[in-house]
Amino acid sequence: MPGNKVAITGFGVVSALGVGVEPFWNAVSVGRSGIRPIRGFEPFRFPNGAQVDGYIASEHFDDKRLMLVDRYAQYALVAAREAVAMSGRTQFDSIVTGCSAGGQDAMDAGFDDLYKKASPRVNPMMVPRVMSSGAASHMAMEFGVTGPVYSVSTACSSSNHAIGQAFHMVRGGMCDTALAGGCEAVFSYGFLKAWEAMRVVSSDTCRPFSKDRRGLILGEGAAMLVLENLEVAQARGATVYGEVAGFGMSSDAHHITQPLTTGAVRAMRAALVDASLDRVDYVNAHGTGTAANDASESAAIREVLGGVVPVSSTKSVHGHALGAAGALEAVATLLALHHGVIPPTANFTEADLECDVDVVTQPRVVKLGSALSNSFAFGGLNAVLVFTAPDAL
Amino acid sequence: MPEDVMSRVIRVIAETQRIPAEGIQPESTFEELKIDSLDGINIVFGIENEFGISIPDDAAKSLRSVRDVAEGVEKLVAGQ
Repeated sequence: MPGNKVAITGFGVVSALGVGVEPFWNAVSVGRSGIRPIRGFEPFRFPNGAQVDGYIASEHFDDKRLMLVDRYAQYALVAAREAVAMSGRTQFDSIVTGCSAGGQDAMDAGFDDLYKKASPRVNPMMVPRVMSSGAASHMAMEFGVTGPVYSVSTACSSSNHAIGQAFHMVRGGMCDTALAGGCEAVFSYGFLKAWEAMRVVSSDTCRPFSKDRRGLILGEGAAMLVLENLEVAQARGATVYGEVAGFGMSSDAHHITQPLTTGAVRAMRAALVDASLDRVDYVNAHGTGTAANDASESAAIREVLGGVVPVSSTKSVHGHALGAAGALEAVATLLALHHGVIPPTANFTEADLECDVDVVTQPRVVKLGSALSNSFAFGGLNAVLVFTAPDAL
Repeated sequence: MPEDVMSRVIRVIAETQRIPAEGIQPESTFEELKIDSLDGINIVFGIENEFGISIPDDAAKSLRSVRDVAEGVEKLVAGQ
């Protein structure tokens, strides 16, 4: 597709591995899982989660600001600050954030006040704290971004759609720069009970593509990336960590929870065509660890790329962060390209004939030129990004 | 005479699936009744509420027929 080349010049992360890119990559690159017993709630049918670790809100925000910014948006701001600092830029044209659930903490607290404590009123900041576009607005205010700023909500594909939209704006010339990524904070009582009722959360851990996989493990956090017109980045001497080379979307139009292989195939093919590639060196899979996703995704990968492309799911390390998942995985994929290390699938015990792909289970050192990052959401909304290494530009 | 377990299971499935109870037999499979995995989750939810029991994930995923549900309920109720 003609247009501007789109560089990544910075990124930031808040995750179960800690606050920052460094603890994230230190764990992801070796498959050291951040999945632990869930803290702060009575036991659910699933005991484990990938809760954000080492985050203390007061270290990042004053009390007055915290009244307005729910936890999911705090993560977004902290990740964005790191991305901005890494990029060396101070001015940005646009922001696109992905988020599925919005401010669940505020919603839970408000409903608790109403229904349990029989209060006649809720906190007046409930609406601005709950709205899932709040993170984008807070980022716009903090970084003074007055151009296109919006939020995308497509369940577990939200981040990939958000990064893809930002990619389109920079490639098309509408903007030179964009902050894009995703954010999510799922560990609130009501939302966890909703996931318990869905019966898709593993009773032990997340084992993507493994025969004994029992479901997903909920994660949370945020990742934000700085997308920049490559020529603009090069002109200011910025470090380029990789390129967004392609983006593909599709809809299954099939079922509200069950994936369809043909939908995934069409999104992956569209992304490769967009990037003018017919193969990649690595696939960072959606790889939720559910029976249905991993079998369907494996079939899709085989159909599009054959059986030899290395595949891993870093959700086994940072959990399934829903609307933030694609952004965390974008950072994992970029760092894989940057360091020449395929991050492994943790917790893998036994191959499954239904997942007949090359599942990477130990860190694999190999020069990587390109990679796919898949997101396939509930409701059949598929979004696939292609990244290339800087020296492949 | 109280409604037996099988009759209650059939009633819950009928209500959840919005289908006539007369069309549901003890030997009916979920496939025959066009019950997919998401429908199954709804039925398990209805059964938990009807009998005041908690059905583990693994048991819920193994259900393939109306009789599977009724037998599972009887075991769980007996274990209470």
